[in-house]
Amino acid sequence: MSQVKETVVKEGIDQATVDVTRELETYKHGFITDIETEKAPKGLNEDTVRFISAKKEEPQWMLDWRLEAFKRWQEMEEPTWAHVKYPAIDYQDHYYYAAPKTGSKYESIDDVPPEILADFEKLGIPLKEAEVLLGVEGAGQTPGEARTDAGVGGEGTAKQKVAVDAVFDSVSVATTFKKELEKAGVIFMSISEAIREHPELVKKYIGSVVPTSDNFFATLNSAVFSDGTFVYVPPGVRCPMELSTYFRINEANTGQFERTLIVADKGAYVSYLEGCTAPMRDENQLHAAVVELVALEDAEIKYSTVQNWYPGDKDGKGGIYNFVTKRGDCREARSKISWTQVETGSAVTWKYPSCILRGDNSVGEFYSIAITNNHQQADTGTKMIHLGKNTTSRIISKGIAAGFSDQTYRGLVSVHRKASGVRNFTQCDSLLIGDQCGAHTVPYIEAKNSSAVLEHEATTSRLSEDQLFYCMQRGLNEEEAVSLLVNGFCKDVLQQLPMEFAVEAQKLLEVSLEGSVG
Amino acid sequence: MLKIENLHITVDETEILKGLSLEVPAGEVHAIMGPNGSGKSTLSYAITGREDYEVTHGDITLDGESLLEMDPNERAAKGLFLSFQHPLEIPGVATMNFIRTALNAQRKARGENEVTAADFLRAIREKAKIVGLSDEKLKRPFNVGFSGGEKKRMEMLQMAMLEPRFGILDETDSGLDIDALKMVGEVVNEMRDGSRGFLVITHYQRLLDYVKPDRVHVLAGGRIVESGGPEIARELEEHGYDKYIQSAA
Repeated sequence: MSQVKETVVKEGIDQATVDVTRELETYKHGFITDIETEKAPKGLNEDTVRFISAKKEEPQWMLDWRLEAFKRWQEMEEPTWAHVKYPAIDYQDHYYYAAPKTGSKYESIDDVPPEILADFEKLGIPLKEAEVLLGVEGAGQTPGEARTDAGVGGEGTAKQKVAVDAVFDSVSVATTFKKELEKAGVIFMSISEAIREHPELVKKYIGSVVPTSDNFFATLNSAVFSDGTFVYVPPGVRCPMELSTYFRINEANTGQFERTLIVADKGAYVSYLEGCTAPMRDENQLHAAVVELVALEDAEIKYSTVQNWYPGDKDGKGGIYNFVTKRGDCREARSKISWTQVETGSAVTWKYPSCILRGDNSVGEFYSIAITNNHQQADTGTKMIHLGKNTTSRIISKGIAAGFSDQTYRGLVSVHRKASGVRNFTQCDSLLIGDQCGAHTVPYIEAKNSSAVLEHEATTSRLSEDQLFYCMQRGLNEEEAVSLLVNGFCKDVLQQLPMEFAVEAQKLLEVSLEGSVG
Repeated sequence: MLKIENLHITVDETEILKGLSLEVPAGEVHAIMGPNGSGKSTLSYAITGREDYEVTHGDITLDGESLLEMDPNERAAKGLFLSFQHPLEIPGVATMNFIRTALNAQRKARGENEVTAADFLRAIREKAKIVGLSDEKLKRPFNVGFSGGEKKRMEMLQMAMLEPRFGILDETDSGLDIDALKMVGEVVNEMRDGSRGFLVITHYQRLLDYVKPDRVHVLAGGRIVESGGPEIARELEEHGYDKYIQSAA
């Protein structure tokens, strides 16, 4: 834990942040972009898979891989063990491919349809590189998008470049800072491009962490994934900037199935940020992503997510079904993978970012904040699979439930018989706001080696009236007081986020809990 | 300045204050003394607007304006401050940040500019020295792991920083040693001027050696049963509350 991070997040929310939030509607990303799209015919069969593969101009091996997955999927059953309830999904009633009609590939950023650029701009995602450079100093910010340190009060923070890959419905529309990354040898592009341009790398690693047979949703993704991001950092290279992907679902009834593959070769380091939004729609939209991370010897991958899919309205109508498989493989010695997630959106979340600690002395981390309000449901957690010797893992999970929402932390710590010297620390805290919500903790521990040291701490508390009154007596209104207390509760996780995301995350906490008290 | 008229307060369907009247003119310090369970803390919560302290009758005004319809934060912005008998901890929020957020929230509600980071830092360092809290404590999460005495010092630090028009000290002296009592006296006396008022709630005479009250009121059975000069406090110290408890019952 570096001292710098400490001071940044300690400042917590301040007035600028609160003001910005005031201007926001409950869900501010609920706009729909008016743009013509080309879709695959509705429904799912082998032809849909062929259609997607053909649209992407994929080589035969990729198509075969997809078809094999599709065959498996047809024989699989949707899992029902998670503590979530939703009406049966009609997989034939979705579109599996949608692309802006002007064509999916753009020679340069200038060719991207202005409506799409405007759309991402509304989200505060600057795609033009010049804007990225100009936009991080704080001056001339668009209101409502304090993507700088303004909200955290960390004066004099160095400006930070972030390379962005933006996925709009099914296709990647723009990747920024490509040249600068190429100079460092870093490959950062849409997975469709990577399949064409770096087939040897994709072929070697895709499905090597989450195989096509893994689970119902991952298998579906393998068959129909439309786009996503590919990152490869060569041996010994420290990626010169944060890499970021923003996913946006725009089309109605469209499933988004993105596939992300990140490989850090020996001694490499990369920090990757993922953000997600969707318009407000009455129907539920399906999202089933797969993320695979591979860290080779001495490599480190830091993967941060701020998930803000549309959660549905106050009565639980609409919202995204988020069924995601995220897994990292610490394949070789002394590698490290850290997952940090802030989950505020989606009607239903089913997600367990995990680490396979295969290499000796490898390290896995999972830091999570999950917030549910109104009728949202979340079943989320992690798996730490200790296979190598002296592997360590750390799990910090903060769950906040408000309204009528229900959430479950589900965590597995498993120690292989041959893995000696394993250590795990798990801390799992739940905060309840109101008395209609629920929080559940389901830890699974399987230790087959007696030298393992596993610690588990769990607490559940209710937001205390005493603390609220104390804050209000000092001058904070009720929402500011809740926000301050919740931010304090989440601090251990917030400080793991890259600074830019920490600000966004704090804003999201407030918006998500709006109207949850009183 | 602070005027309470025939105040009746019910908590969980039990009437605790039964027609309490009190007036503290601008510039004065009044002390409220009384036995356990007489309604002292209820009075401080009622003035500051805590939920579940239901006013069934009467009124509380500050500078002629009724407080009853205001939320606690609105009352705070009007200049009411309560030094809590049992201060709270706020995990994960740095002390410095908490106090600055509170100060700016109040200033904003009053239509004033936010305090700059530099001005704030200068002020809090100076005042922390007076109340005897180290810089290191200011960086720690608010009150977390602080001793009882340190928490009371933190209350005084907040009062000094927020500069309220009217301060209520609810048993601030409990658990404090002589040096800390002196510190409380120093903070209050420093803030005393012609316009600010204070209400000091206490069991004991000893705090009143450092914070000299203009008037002392005895609270028993939910009413003020006697009012007078500082000599009342000394009498109580000698003879206890027995005669009031009997007369209230």
